[in-house]
Amino acid sequence: MTDSSENIPVVKEPEQVHGLLAEYETPQQLISAARQVRDAGYSRWDSYSPFPVHGLDPAMGIRPTVLPWIVFVAGLCGGTFALFFQWWTSTTDYPWIVSGKPFFSIPANIPITFELTVLSAALTCFTSMLLLNRLPLPAHPLDRIRRFARVTDDRFFILIQASDPKFDARETAELLARTGPRGAVETVMEDTHSSATLPRGVVFGLLIVGSAAIVPFALTTLARVSTSTSTRFHIIPDMDWQQKFKAQRQNSFFADQRAMRLDVPGTVAQGELQDDDHYYHGKVNGSFAKTFPPQVEISDQTMARGQERFGIYCTPCHGDDGSGQGMVHLRAKSLMQGTWVPPADLRQDTLRYKSVGELFDGISRGVRNMPGYARQVDVADRWAIVLYLRALQHAQGARIEDIPESERKGLE
Amino acid sequence: MAAVGDLQEWQRESGAADAPAEPKDYRAWQTESRGDNPFARITDTVIRIVETPKPPRAWYIALTISLCWVACFLVAVSHLVWNGIGIWGNNNPVGWAWDIVNFVFWVGIGHAGTLISAILFLLRQQWRTVINRAAEAMTIFAVICALMFPALHIGRPWLPYWMLPIPNQMDMWPQFRSPLDWDVFAVSTYFTVSLVFWFMGLVPDLASIRDRADTTGRRLIYGILALGWRGSARQWHRYERAYLILAALSTPLVLSVHSVVSFDFATAQLPGWHTTIFPPYFVAGAIFSGFAMVNTLLIPARQFFGLKGLIEMRHLEQMNKIILATGTMVGYSYAMEFFIAWYGASPYEQFTFINRAFGPYAWAYWTMVSCNVIFPQLFWFRKVRTNIAAMMVLCVLVNVGMWFERFVIIATSISRDFLPSAWGYYVPTKWDFITFLGTFGIFFTLFLLFCRFLPMIATAEVKAIHPAAHGH
Repeated sequence: MTDSSENIPVVKEPEQVHGLLAEYETPQQLISAARQVRDAGYSRWDSYSPFPVHGLDPAMGIRPTVLPWIVFVAGLCGGTFALFFQWWTSTTDYPWIVSGKPFFSIPANIPITFELTVLSAALTCFTSMLLLNRLPLPAHPLDRIRRFARVTDDRFFILIQASDPKFDARETAELLARTGPRGAVETVMEDTHSSATLPRGVVFGLLIVGSAAIVPFALTTLARVSTSTSTRFHIIPDMDWQQKFKAQRQNSFFADQRAMRLDVPGTVAQGELQDDDHYYHGKVNGSFAKTFPPQVEISDQTMARGQERFGIYCTPCHGDDGSGQGMVHLRAKSLMQGTWVPPADLRQDTLRYKSVGELFDGISRGVRNMPGYARQVDVADRWAIVLYLRALQHAQGARIEDIPESERKGLE
Repeated sequence: MAAVGDLQEWQRESGAADAPAEPKDYRAWQTESRGDNPFARITDTVIRIVETPKPPRAWYIALTISLCWVACFLVAVSHLVWNGIGIWGNNNPVGWAWDIVNFVFWVGIGHAGTLISAILFLLRQQWRTVINRAAEAMTIFAVICALMFPALHIGRPWLPYWMLPIPNQMDMWPQFRSPLDWDVFAVSTYFTVSLVFWFMGLVPDLASIRDRADTTGRRLIYGILALGWRGSARQWHRYERAYLILAALSTPLVLSVHSVVSFDFATAQLPGWHTTIFPPYFVAGAIFSGFAMVNTLLIPARQFFGLKGLIEMRHLEQMNKIILATGTMVGYSYAMEFFIAWYGASPYEQFTFINRAFGPYAWAYWTMVSCNVIFPQLFWFRKVRTNIAAMMVLCVLVNVGMWFERFVIIATSISRDFLPSAWGYYVPTKWDFITFLGTFGIFFTLFLLFCRFLPMIATAEVKAIHPAAHGH
């Protein structure tokens, strides 16, 4: 029925036969055929299928691939490199203190180590799979067999290569015919049509693109090694130039040519009006107040607050009991430098008879060596301290009669 | 060496050459001799979508709408680059607002793809083969959308390479111990590995398209992409091994990615963020939202592209069961957060959670709880699980809920922390909306192009699990 000259191309050189191809309709047929080819002792042959056929590997005698070991080594290298790189950058190349922590701390470096392990393993897995499979492979002698196109669809094939030491045109063809192929056993010729070299247009195109790609890098390198008098080329100006005047610059807009302006006279910042002399300055009609301002509630709560604030701000110098024997004073005395002005004993009479307004003023604006505390302690707290100070002075000079009857027992 | 003469002679003698040989009109022969071969049927169903000259009208309509949103996104981004992130509603204290919410939302969506392709593969869940290709594609597109947000939020989107350890004239390296840098590594590794995994799965199917191509352009483009795959058994052997290894690598990777994303919050001192439950809680939520998105995409896709024979109701039902399971896990996490806030006896923590449920963002909190915990419980009923309209509505609601989850975690915690003097309230601007909806445009555009130009179902894998593939 078929004219053989149409079925098998006439070739001048017998070496041009690539191999023999048989087609099968089901995976089961393929497996049994593969067994027969394997048992016949062929080594340079392969099966082709649209999907991985299970049971074909043993039928063909395919040994397990080395791929898992390559991936394992790649993962190991990736992880080790990641850990080493993090250690080197943060301890050696650019040691950088972050929150006083050590330069290198394994737990915090694990996430990146893990990610790079996976990344290098996965990329190696894919590329090694391709390389071991000799892919990408643009052309193959089988491409010229038109029915082979269905190998990615629904058909199964076995190809025995002519380069196999056991290959014998007749014997091999008979073996394949015995395996029950669909249609004729077909001769696959070597590919003499497609060329291993790229078309000239593509080669020139790649050359032009390749040389053009070098230009930016060459310019960058040139700029790095040479000097220039022109300003840096800003692709994106970021915020290098802004429309603003700095404090000490000249500004022709104002008559005095200064960019820096004073506040408008009479400006008061929010919350700084302080128009209640008694509360904010401890004064009534220009002289120190003898009473607490009405805003200050004389209560156990205020007293407790005052004690706490006194403990924080006053005791370092004046001591817990107000005797002036605080830690700072004791330390200064032990250094014996002679310039130290000792803090006042808060129990002394001059201070006991001072009005509350004057005490408040002292805390706010400072006395002798003591700085003012208005910036650290707010008004209500300063008054609370005054209240506590009054109690402290009273307690330190107290006699037995001042103590309630019920408490005296415990003291005696 | 082989003697051709010998062969011809033998063929003449044995009559082997009389068997049906290759005809002249290959296309005609190919169609007529296909019969009811199950493998050919699978190829036809899937590859036909790529080959047909005219996709369904719904595809054009959807693509037009998506492209409009892509245009809106481009306008929003140009406005942003020109004027800075001040155009967004971010304020002090809510410096991490919709940009981070959207980032976590999209990264989470992506997780379903890897879960289906890797974890279900390792667990030998064969039903995954019909959905894994589309789910993996969805992963890649979702991660692309996710990456937009940190890149834009840094304010100078032309400098994101500063986050990478590239030697530079300042001699400085990224801070490798910062969760934000872990994010850079985790998400970029995730994107790369997902892309490799996806592409590797595509290779045999691209070869199918190449071998059936009747135009030079298609043969050339798909031929280059198919890398010369010819289905050799020795190649399949390494291919399968590589696929298994990639699945085994992707599994811990996918779990690490959302854990690392949750570290951005969990390692902070802020009440409402500083919790150890975050990594598993985030991973469960990610799978939950991702599966809902897979369903949202596949229900119309199988409808319009005639894939109902392959993506069956039982596959969708399996997905719904996983949505129910992960939704319940997410609900458990919400409850556990409240329990720990009470049990931990930290007044700040307690305040944060009471504020979350009853404070100014209570509306967002209860939207989240209803969409994520209450509505998915309907999936206990088989009738709901197998009803297309019901599952479509529920899946969309799940994604609304999961977006709100990230919003609730970020906005409620950061807007009211330790210092009442620093409290604030976050209100998005129109640019926040346009940017976010714009990424949906990108996502759907990419997915629609994928449906049209790449095989939507992994035909080689579906063929391999078909009963005809191992009927011995």
